[in-house]
Amino acid sequence: MVFEYAPAPESRSVVSFDSSYGLFIDGEFTDGAGTTMKTINPATEEVLSEVSVAGEEDVDRAVAAARKAFEKVWSRTPGSERAKYLYRIARILAERSREFAVAETLNNGKPIRESRDVDVPLASAYFFYYAGWADKLDHAGFGPAPRPHGVVGQVIPWNFPLLMLSWKIAPALATGNTVVIKPAETTPLTALLFADVLRQAGLPPGVVNILTGAGPTGAALVAHRGVDKIAFTGSTAVGKGIARAIAGTRKVATLELGGKAANIVFDDAPIDQTVEGIVNGIFFNQGQVCCAGSRLLVQENIHDELVERLKVRLGTLRVGDPMDKNTDVGAINSAAQLQRITDLVQAGEDEGAIRWSLDCGIPTNGFWFRPTLFTGVSQSHRIAQEEIFGPVLSVITFRTPAEAVAKANNTPYGLSAGIWTEKGSRILWMADQLRAGVVWANTFNKFDPTSPFGGYKESGYGREGGRHGLGPYLVEGTTR
Amino acid sequence: MTRTTAGAPPALRPWHRSAAEVAATAAGIVGTDSLTSANLGRYLHGLPGVDKVGADARAGMLSTRSIKTSAKAWALDAIISMIDLTTLEGADTPGKVRSLVAKARTPDPSDPGCPRPAAVCVYNDLVPVALEAVAGTGIHVAAVSTAFPSGRASRAVRLADTADAVSAGAHEIDMVIDRGAFLAGDYARVFEDIVAVREVCRSRPEPAHLKVILETGELVTYDNVRRASWLAMLAGADFIKTSTGKVNPAATLPVTVLMLEAVRDFAALTGVSVGVKPAGGIRGSKQAVHYLVAVNEVAGETWLDPELFRFGASSLLNDVLAQRRKLTTGAYTGPDYITID
Repeated sequence: MVFEYAPAPESRSVVSFDSSYGLFIDGEFTDGAGTTMKTINPATEEVLSEVSVAGEEDVDRAVAAARKAFEKVWSRTPGSERAKYLYRIARILAERSREFAVAETLNNGKPIRESRDVDVPLASAYFFYYAGWADKLDHAGFGPAPRPHGVVGQVIPWNFPLLMLSWKIAPALATGNTVVIKPAETTPLTALLFADVLRQAGLPPGVVNILTGAGPTGAALVAHRGVDKIAFTGSTAVGKGIARAIAGTRKVATLELGGKAANIVFDDAPIDQTVEGIVNGIFFNQGQVCCAGSRLLVQENIHDELVERLKVRLGTLRVGDPMDKNTDVGAINSAAQLQRITDLVQAGEDEGAIRWSLDCGIPTNGFWFRPTLFTGVSQSHRIAQEEIFGPVLSVITFRTPAEAVAKANNTPYGLSAGIWTEKGSRILWMADQLRAGVVWANTFNKFDPTSPFGGYKESGYGREGGRHGLGPYLVEGTTR
Repeated sequence: MTRTTAGAPPALRPWHRSAAEVAATAAGIVGTDSLTSANLGRYLHGLPGVDKVGADARAGMLSTRSIKTSAKAWALDAIISMIDLTTLEGADTPGKVRSLVAKARTPDPSDPGCPRPAAVCVYNDLVPVALEAVAGTGIHVAAVSTAFPSGRASRAVRLADTADAVSAGAHEIDMVIDRGAFLAGDYARVFEDIVAVREVCRSRPEPAHLKVILETGELVTYDNVRRASWLAMLAGADFIKTSTGKVNPAATLPVTVLMLEAVRDFAALTGVSVGVKPAGGIRGSKQAVHYLVAVNEVAGETWLDPELFRFGASSLLNDVLAQRRKLTTGAYTGPDYITID
């Protein structure tokens, strides 16, 4: 290679993890009653720290602290005051952005380019955005004086640990709720660093409590009688379990679950930007994105050309050390996830789809999967139906707009979709037909605090972000 | 510095193509022998569109690449070897041109190993002065012809202008297209202009190398940039160049990325590799490095060669020299340690 980019590693000296972390309850780190677990860097398998596994009594303590904070402090704090705390959090996150980006990359395996340019700036932006709403809730369209639910139990996934935390905590605090949040089992560290941001911002104790642990901790939080509302982002299977667990109780929930998005390309699409959009749609965050454009629906007459261009473009992707600023594709988050990807890709090959993987070196330690695309895929293949949650693209063809709509909607999911065409009228017509919460036109995987996000069908219910994101955290006010 | 010269065999280098070959290629691509404005327009407007938001985002991503240590050292030397060191002022004198050539001959007097720029770029009337000064160095002399920078003159005048430079011995001709004709949809006129200038370039045994300046700042839309790039390549341009440097905006990274996509696609279609030259406004090393990143990742490493990529610049060289010294000494020297001619 003529122009070989020398390694440009980000320094990890900007972040220091404690050797072990307790549970953040009532403004203090306290020891958990249960066991502990190790959390690792998925790119190297190095142990980064040890965190507590919260048991039922820890959940009790956290919920009690949140209840006390809600009743004594937070529900009595005017919106304009709550806004100040949120603005402070947003600013501190922005000031400490480098530290959080490095921490996120170390614990998640995502490239520093993405944590630096996407995750952390967006996390800060969500706090800024919801800070603006905190004193305007009476005018948000939820009745004259909407009220908070009380204590909110939140469970977030491992693919965007800090960003999902901000999506959950910012609207909850803006609306006057208090929070008990459980970060994912494999990626608790930025949430634990966030506890320090809360203290720096002077947030009253108990308003936000952070419990680490795995599935059972989340289940205990969801089932707890003191929790008024649940907010969950994660797999459809777990989401269904949550819906069952709270059925018949007074609890309300928003569930943001899996997806199998169609990224639909017409023959008049802006071809070079489309190729970029496809790459961003499925290889962003190693494809571990619930709204990833994992099904590429291509108009048949440009299939060969587009696939050829895509392969050339994939040849320039740089796979490897996530801490290198020039890395485009980092590590898969866990051994379990890598296994799931491997199994589904095997199923794709077994069912007769044609596999093409990027020919690139990958590190020996850690969890890695080469960017992969399948051609010759039809709707009946498992790789076209099941969420792979990895850097694997399935290419399907269509001939007419109606066929594209039918195939795009032919999935149990309905979180997102993309349309690529130069024809504006077709974009509007398609967007109207697609049963998906977000439809991107000539772009993909773009997030903004002002824009609502959420799914149809098995992709869940409720919306996060924008004005719509306030609704699930409020009980509608009525005129007295 | 190592550089591959592999890639297209010499016979495919565009400046060796005859007029008949160029015409045959163009007719084959457009699908007709009668290259009228209507036929050319149908073809150019049938090219895939460009989404501005996406194109800007792609350029933005390319400029986040972090080029350090050995990669930076390679890039700085490559940049120098790709520079067309330029002086295009009404006040240019023979003395000024000789100084410019002296700078090109010895960019860094303290380091004989420093590479030389590819060419010096001057106004037509100063070609003889520049040619005399570059003798024996391998540095090319490029002349801006065809009523540079506006191009607002009759074809006869523009051809005579070109003939002046070609007969004086200029190695490379930087011509401007008639942006007015392009914007009016008179594609055949632009096409024929380029073909005619090209014929003048070929009027001697060793043809002058033709760079076609699109003046992308005046074409405004990215769709126009793509169409103009293809029109120039169809007409046999050896290089497509963004700007004269006299109009704002001059070269931008998104526009250069679009042009790199165009030459990549043209090469895939015809086997002919056309060069790209961003010009105007590229002053910093870091900025120039990001252009090289774009070349590397968009058109591919074949284009990382002065035969296929150039920078039109006047002040870029000194910033690169300062960065180059910083890499060897570990510290920045002051501006007085770099010569200013």
